[in-house]
Amino acid sequence: MLNTKKIDPAMRNLFLLWFAVIAFFTYMKGGEFLSEQTFQSIAFVMPELGLLTLAMFAPLLSGGFNLAIIVIANVTSLFGIAVFHIFQVSEMSIGMQGLMIAVVFVASLLIAMLCGLIIGFMVSYVGAHPILVTLGMMTLLKGVGIIATSGRAVSGVPDVLKFFGNSTIWAIPVPLFIFVGIAILLHLFMTRTTYGRYIYLIGSNINAVYFSGINTKRVVMFIYILSSALATVAGYLMMARFNSSRVGYGDAYLLLTVLIAILGGTDPNGGFGKVSTIAVALLVLQTISTGLNIMGTSQYLSMAMWGLVLLGAMSFKYIKDHYKKKMYVKKAAKATNNDN
Amino acid sequence: MIKNLFNRMEFLIGIVILILIVVMAFGSASFFTVQNLMYQLDAYSGDIIFAMGLLVVLIAGGIDISFMATASASVYIAAKLSLIYHIENPILALACISVSAIAFGLINAFFIYNMKMVSIIVTISMQSVIFGLLMYFTDGRLIYDLPEWWVEPTNLYTFGSSGNLYSITVPIMVLALCIALTIFILNKTSLGKQVYALGGNQEAAHRIGINVGVLHYFAYGYMGFMAGIAGFVQSYRNSEINPSALVGKELDILAAVVLGGASLTGGKGSVIGTILGISLIAIIKNGLNLAGVSSYSFDIIIGLCILVAITITHIHERKKKLS
Repeated sequence: MLNTKKIDPAMRNLFLLWFAVIAFFTYMKGGEFLSEQTFQSIAFVMPELGLLTLAMFAPLLSGGFNLAIIVIANVTSLFGIAVFHIFQVSEMSIGMQGLMIAVVFVASLLIAMLCGLIIGFMVSYVGAHPILVTLGMMTLLKGVGIIATSGRAVSGVPDVLKFFGNSTIWAIPVPLFIFVGIAILLHLFMTRTTYGRYIYLIGSNINAVYFSGINTKRVVMFIYILSSALATVAGYLMMARFNSSRVGYGDAYLLLTVLIAILGGTDPNGGFGKVSTIAVALLVLQTISTGLNIMGTSQYLSMAMWGLVLLGAMSFKYIKDHYKKKMYVKKAAKATNNDN
Repeated sequence: MIKNLFNRMEFLIGIVILILIVVMAFGSASFFTVQNLMYQLDAYSGDIIFAMGLLVVLIAGGIDISFMATASASVYIAAKLSLIYHIENPILALACISVSAIAFGLINAFFIYNMKMVSIIVTISMQSVIFGLLMYFTDGRLIYDLPEWWVEPTNLYTFGSSGNLYSITVPIMVLALCIALTIFILNKTSLGKQVYALGGNQEAAHRIGINVGVLHYFAYGYMGFMAGIAGFVQSYRNSEINPSALVGKELDILAAVVLGGASLTGGKGSVIGTILGISLIAIIKNGLNLAGVSSYSFDIIIGLCILVAITITHIHERKKKLS
């Protein structure tokens, strides 16, 4: 960790991959791809997907799963938009708008954290499987959202919030600042605090952690609360960018969040993974996605491709690890033979 | 003995279903009729067949999200082939459905067993691959001009007095066969017992000499087979093939199977419980429909059912462990 001179090989590979991807699309599409506009659109879309990935990352790290992140993002942003309508926030002065948005955002966060608390409670204290619990929560929240909106999109976001979704500072989109800030905070939390380390340990062996006197149940609850809170921020960014919200916005992101987390080196069995490599994996994936868009690839074809990439990446990793293990065994056998 | 009965999830759900039936029979005259029963059986035949396959995978300790995509794709492939080559033979078409559906299942098993991947991630990916390619190559076009035997509603057996005739339709017949086959495999063959053993503890199963690899291929292959059959039943009932009609409903089936007592950690679950789980959701939906409640509220009720059901099961388990 302290040896900063050495670049993480996973990180280096991902950067190489990124350059290869850029070269490929530039070769295919030339200036149409390699333009400021392309990179700006990448930077606008990346943060919401990135936050959802981080929301998936925390449970994955602990050996769990969270199917409910996208619905939580939808429902909390719908709640926000409903409150904005009721108090007619769009008509207020800019200062009042900012204040109202801050208050409503905190309220949305609290709602999401309550959902996370329930999920975490069911997973840790009741002992149910995370996939099931989050499936139940997802269905429940989806129902609530659909009843409230009849499945329609609700639009009308106050100008101040639109600023967070659509504006740039020094040509850098505002959402990117938010994402980078949160990612850095999360990285510091995961690596520099005891609670963050507990999350890694729980993913490796929850029983060992429990018997070393750590309240694992509280940590698991915390993981799902954190995950829901991150999803809420993503939901607000999506709402700000689209100027509307609907149950079902971002449904296709579920596979992508898992894909990015795993390409970024997260072990789906838990225990391993880094925020920094995930951020680079996100950059690679979003570049590919934008490139495919520019080339006019069908969304279904890219959907199939993401699935293949995920299967391919995991197979590659398995074969590589397997081969490495065999090499070690061979080396060890040779060494013992020489000793004799 | 009676205490044992109370500890079973199936028993609890059975009681809930009985209460619901009594309440609804009083509420609506059209609910408690043979007509409604036959109609509901016909309508839910596909769902129950899907659930039979998923049950086997869950017992084996895995999970499958890709089965709806498998069903859509295999039925579409078979229909396209029989249209192109003018195949009028039902057996040939059904064989084509089964072979392609089983092949998809075996691909899942390959990645899960041979590549040691997490089953939910493999099957989510496979769902995207199969469904994405299906929609890309078909542009989501529906098939209407199916062969006659595929769409012709046939009553295999009719009973009742002349005023109220009830008939056993093809979906109900297929459903009965699938249920019987699953019960037979799980309860009467050593293969079924091995599946339970695999889900209970894979390492232990391996050490007592069970071929864990074959069982994985069997469980996911069986899931694929059931998915193909269920896809056929759905297309038969709708007399059309819509490639995008099924995908997205995987989690509803999963919820129903889990309600019926199957566990995501494997080794647990029964055919009876699964049927009860689907029935519970079907009865709630049917009752709410008859009572005129908006269909938007179904999701909330199903979500609550799942959360309550898993809480009850786990509290039961904890009590069992303590005693």
